[in-house]
Amino acid sequence: MNEMWIILGATSSMARAFAKQVSKDGSSVLLCGRDMDDMRASASDCLAHGAPVAEALHFDARETKTFSSIIDRAAKEDGQLHVAVFVGSMPDQSVIDEHPEMIAGVVTDSYTGPATFLQMIAPELEQRGGAQVVGVGSVAGDRGRIGNYVYGSAKAGFHTYLAGLRNRLTRAGGHVVTVKPGFSDTAMTWGLEGMFLVASPEKISADILKAVEKKKDVIYTPFFWRYIMGIITSIPERVFKKMSV
Amino acid sequence: MVWKTSHYSGWGRVHKAEGRLARPERARHLTQLSKETPAPAIGMCRSYGDACLNDNGDAILMTRLDRILGFDPDTGVLEVEAGAQIGEIAKLFAPKGWLPAVMPGTGFATVGGCIANDVHGKNHHQVGSFGQHVLSLTLLQNGSSKTVTPKNKGLFMATVGGLGQTGVIQSAKIQLLPCNGDVITVTERRMDDLESFLEALDGSRSTYSVGWIDATARGKSLGRGILEEAETAYGLVPTKPKARSVPFDAPGFALAAPIVRAFNGAYFRRIPDSGQTRVKPIGDFFFPLDKINNWNKLYGKRGFHQFQCVLPENQRDTLRSMLEKIANSGLASPLAVLKRMGPGHAGYLSFPMEGYTLAVDFPNKGRAGALLAELEEMTAKAGGRIYFAKDATAKPETVRRMYPELKKWAAIADKADPDGHLETDLTRRLMLRTGT
Repeated sequence: MNEMWIILGATSSMARAFAKQVSKDGSSVLLCGRDMDDMRASASDCLAHGAPVAEALHFDARETKTFSSIIDRAAKEDGQLHVAVFVGSMPDQSVIDEHPEMIAGVVTDSYTGPATFLQMIAPELEQRGGAQVVGVGSVAGDRGRIGNYVYGSAKAGFHTYLAGLRNRLTRAGGHVVTVKPGFSDTAMTWGLEGMFLVASPEKISADILKAVEKKKDVIYTPFFWRYIMGIITSIPERVFKKMSV
Repeated sequence: MVWKTSHYSGWGRVHKAEGRLARPERARHLTQLSKETPAPAIGMCRSYGDACLNDNGDAILMTRLDRILGFDPDTGVLEVEAGAQIGEIAKLFAPKGWLPAVMPGTGFATVGGCIANDVHGKNHHQVGSFGQHVLSLTLLQNGSSKTVTPKNKGLFMATVGGLGQTGVIQSAKIQLLPCNGDVITVTERRMDDLESFLEALDGSRSTYSVGWIDATARGKSLGRGILEEAETAYGLVPTKPKARSVPFDAPGFALAAPIVRAFNGAYFRRIPDSGQTRVKPIGDFFFPLDKINNWNKLYGKRGFHQFQCVLPENQRDTLRSMLEKIANSGLASPLAVLKRMGPGHAGYLSFPMEGYTLAVDFPNKGRAGALLAELEEMTAKAGGRIYFAKDATAKPETVRRMYPELKKWAAIADKADPDGHLETDLTRRLMLRTGT
């Protein structure tokens, strides 16, 4: 059967690796984001790697009006529709401390924007059945900490939203995977200090697809972040509040 | 973050560099870098010496700009970002009946690197060098983008084989060649001495041919080896063994002379008298060492050199005396290659010329430096060349005797990059940009 993945935030290296992999598996892709030139290059790459259809579409998490044309385009395709969300923004916490008004943007990019999109497309997904949704959250959403709690709280909201959506889509034969990557080797982390056990976008995308196939609900990638976060979340709050991790 | 302070090295690990690396993921970021902080572009750092290094300076890592921008299945014209790797292109297109016209000995080499070194492959005698199959390329010079085709003769010839000195190669249109499929039939035959080896290389009519040479053999076995001739084919693919790694630096004795001699002897005798033909996945033939990740660690922390020269056809005697010197030195490793080269090349500083090319690896120890100096001098005297993609030790004055068009090249590079932002450790060591 024809399959198509709608990929939000398609310019990120993780999304690029994901799009390439599903293209190799024979899926079509709609690459959605802001840098049209860049996404057109990626779309050509996806076509070369086997995608029957690969198109670049304008998507801005902060402009809800960009959503419906994407959904209309996807609705034209027969077969199975899937959605993968890679959007989010992570300004330095210290910058946000100086400009608290930035919080709305971070929350829109990382949570409410993609959630609105998913909410709009959910009826279409329910109707077709068998839809897969991949939502990329973050280990930062597991516990608020001094270093990036604004970004973390937005991702925490997104995690909870995804859990609810999973509850909803499961009834229609669909599935939602919540992905919590640790440190990944992307433009966002290039040259940042304090990075360790950094995973390549290809590794993360392979983990995601394995989770989709096995219908996992929540995955950490690489897997050991589950244990790292297990430790971090088990520290009692009265101790944790004095720590800087 | 745009910059990451990194330690990196050439493939031979003799030369090392520390400096800031940018790794753009989008074309517009590359344009911005080229405009605001011009620096040499580097790829997978498979050059052995210092062609891919800029110690105490900046460099632009191209590996994330690796997308296929277009492919025409009727003509085989492929447009691709410069960071794309040759092996990936081969893997993708061979099942569709196309291969890069020229493939170097490692599939990890990027398209940008293949152009900047005007690399050759096991079919050089048939199809020439990589640059001869470049239809056009996009060159970034201080933020402005230029399409360069062979019609822009000066700039094209200075860019192909030009070691990245005329600008950053952003993407290229290359002509792929038809192939039969993604497997290859390889026929191996023993060559008992240098004379019969050279005769067989001269007489080979195969699309691909390459010789492994036992660089430790002396006396009447001098120059013995195995000739491999190959043609792509369509059929069953043998299962591929898993990639292996060299997890740590090997101890020094791993490549001691008696061990290498014993290994080479066994490797030679592995082929029956009558020869043998086998079917392999193309990658196993074109990129035999790529299956062993980090094989360069076999040589230990001090690293290794690869000497590669090309000698004119009439210099068989020089080739013979080089092999004698190498065998007597006791320094050679099992990795040694002898190939026939045709005249094809596309740039002012291209390595290929009609004749024979010899490549031998040496661990970086003891007399290696002195031996390399001798071999370089013999090459210059014979009217041959050494290969910048491999070189780590040559001297500016020796190189000037090998590359007669250096001056022409340097003038064009100077115009393109007047402030020398694109210089690398190699261009500085060999004083290439001064031209004279």
